[in-house]
Amino acid sequence: MTPEELELISESEHEAQGQFAHRVNVCVAAGCLSCQSQSVKDALDADIKRRGWEKHCQTKGVGCMGLCAEGPLVQTDNGTIYQHVTAADAPAILDGVEGKPVTHLLCPTDIPFFQRQTKIVLENSGVIDAERIEDYIASTGYGALIRVLTEMTPGEVIQEIVKSGLRGRGGAGYPTGLKWSTVSKAAGVRKYIICNADEGDPGAFMDRSVLESDPHRVIEGMLIAAFAVGASEGFIYVRAEYPLAIKRLRTAIRQAERLGLLGASICGTRFSFHIDLRLGAGAFVCGEETALIASVEGKRGTPRPRPPYPAQEGLFGEPTLINNVETYANVPPIIRHGGDWYAQIGTEKSKGTKVFALAGRVQNTGLVEVPMGLTLREIVFEIGGGIPSGKKFKAVQTGGPSGGCLPADLLDMPVDYESLARAGSIMGSGGMIVMDESSCMVDVARYFMDFCMSESCGKCVPCRVGTYQMHRILKNLTTFEASAQDLLLLNELCDLLKNTSLCGLGQSAPNPVISTLRSFAEEYKAHVEERRCPAGVCGDHSEGQP
Amino acid sequence: MVTGNTVDFNKPTPPNQDKRWRLVDATMRRLGQQSRGLIETLHTAQEAFGYLDEDALRYVAASLRVPLSRAYGVATFYHFFTLKPAGEHTCVICMGTACYIKGAPQLLNAMERDLGISPGETTADGKVSLLTARCLGSCGLAPAVVYDRDVAGKVTPQAIRERLAEWKSHDS
Repeated sequence: MTPEELELISESEHEAQGQFAHRVNVCVAAGCLSCQSQSVKDALDADIKRRGWEKHCQTKGVGCMGLCAEGPLVQTDNGTIYQHVTAADAPAILDGVEGKPVTHLLCPTDIPFFQRQTKIVLENSGVIDAERIEDYIASTGYGALIRVLTEMTPGEVIQEIVKSGLRGRGGAGYPTGLKWSTVSKAAGVRKYIICNADEGDPGAFMDRSVLESDPHRVIEGMLIAAFAVGASEGFIYVRAEYPLAIKRLRTAIRQAERLGLLGASICGTRFSFHIDLRLGAGAFVCGEETALIASVEGKRGTPRPRPPYPAQEGLFGEPTLINNVETYANVPPIIRHGGDWYAQIGTEKSKGTKVFALAGRVQNTGLVEVPMGLTLREIVFEIGGGIPSGKKFKAVQTGGPSGGCLPADLLDMPVDYESLARAGSIMGSGGMIVMDESSCMVDVARYFMDFCMSESCGKCVPCRVGTYQMHRILKNLTTFEASAQDLLLLNELCDLLKNTSLCGLGQSAPNPVISTLRSFAEEYKAHVEERRCPAGVCGDHSEGQP
Repeated sequence: MVTGNTVDFNKPTPPNQDKRWRLVDATMRRLGQQSRGLIETLHTAQEAFGYLDEDALRYVAASLRVPLSRAYGVATFYHFFTLKPAGEHTCVICMGTACYIKGAPQLLNAMERDLGISPGETTADGKVSLLTARCLGSCGLAPAVVYDRDVAGKVTPQAIRERLAEWKSHDS
């Protein structure tokens, strides 16, 4: 594959698509698929045939358009988006491509949800067909890889990533350029690249959406990373619970191999890179990098003390680069437009954009990509459209079980790594769950502790026993059986787990408790002193909840 | 197993004549018959047989030359693996955060009461298995439930009961 050949594929794809006067895009990512979007696409195809429009109008199965709660979503080439489409609507939609749009299905696109987003990672989501490499190439795909292979040295690639200020999107926010340069300098016979696609946080589905909507972008990012650090083998560790993402990744890898973009001597250079999938088997702790490595090696996913860091001694004892799906997905655009371009977006210390999965008690649930530094209020109330059915906002939870609940008085805080950490939460992988007054924060803390307790791998005592103890106290709180003494013990345990657990799971498990104790102390107090739940959630009827 | 004219005593033979063992063998071969392929092999075995029984664990452990304790340890460490056969139908209730605050506990309560079983169990007649998931990633459709392999969104206790009734009437 030479730059010219890539250009040729791109041109012929543009030509092929240009032959159609109209195009109708149907979202076939998991959210819309479970609302029967495939039958919508089939109905559109059948109706095109009936009209004899085969050479006139094309349907395309595309990735996530973002507004998952209103699916199935269909977009026509004049930019109109239709929501809640059923197969029966197909004829009306096809009438609409040349005439008036179907008013009762219209999804307003002039709302902040669409207007205020900045799409870098999701630029192709909802636009290209994830199962055709040609469509990705036609949207400048693999151009960054070719440029890296033909014009740049590994050092220059790393320099560009350092300049961009990109930080790990998996949660901790470690500078990506620094990680790459550590691995590239590490001595080892072989080096490995791992893509962490074991999206474990409940309430987060960004990575799944990227893999389902634009798998080639992740592969291209991994290829560039492999070239930069000198690795020849890579693994994508993906959740077995995401069958569609697995299927599309397998297809994408096969297609890239066929075109010589993956495999031995890529594009005629001495650079070789192979990617294999490894299926996760449902263990939250495998999001921790040393546990993930153990799992790729076929063992129980238990973490080990660091150092040595995986960058020095990782998979099979060799230097290993681990980044998250979204991190890799940011790499091709950075190479394409330059690190300086990327560094202009976002805040001083948090560059670029972040994809958030907005869910819970919020009007517009779905996937959004915004520049770092937007305030929580802008995300929840402008883009998210606020709280439905006239209820009052109570908290927004970021970072999953390792994060915290942020109350209303922090709504004007900018969303970046440092601000969130100062507020007692974390950026996390990007789950953002909005809660209204019908949620009890003590119950939410118990919910997360229940999660951490069952996900604790059991290797270190503070986490194994501490999460159990904390869960017991929280459970007693929700049944009004806890005393003031228990609250003190709960505080003490927060400290203990934070400071003595082996890995991130245990160290961050108290975060939901700490943040709710800090911002919603009066709710805890009501549970202990007045034996009542202000939100009306806890009490006898909560029996039997896990 | 016969390789050429010699018998390879190191290679265990499958527990029975079932053709599905060939799938398991193929995965082990693809990964170089090495212990690092343990999880992938268990995935294949579970996909082929629906669950992992003792025969499967013994065979995989012997083939990859790992102690049975390690195969058992891995199979029980990860939630995705199950050592018990599932019922004819499965109903998975998502307990992710978004689903939780939008009413998943009520769904679970209703099911536990109706079926008389806890999550992870199967009804006595082998009809329905009730399971919970950490998060399906269908948060936009919360609360979500997977009926057999189909994801349904914005589920109510009423809807879930209707589906169960449908399963019962179809099969009787």
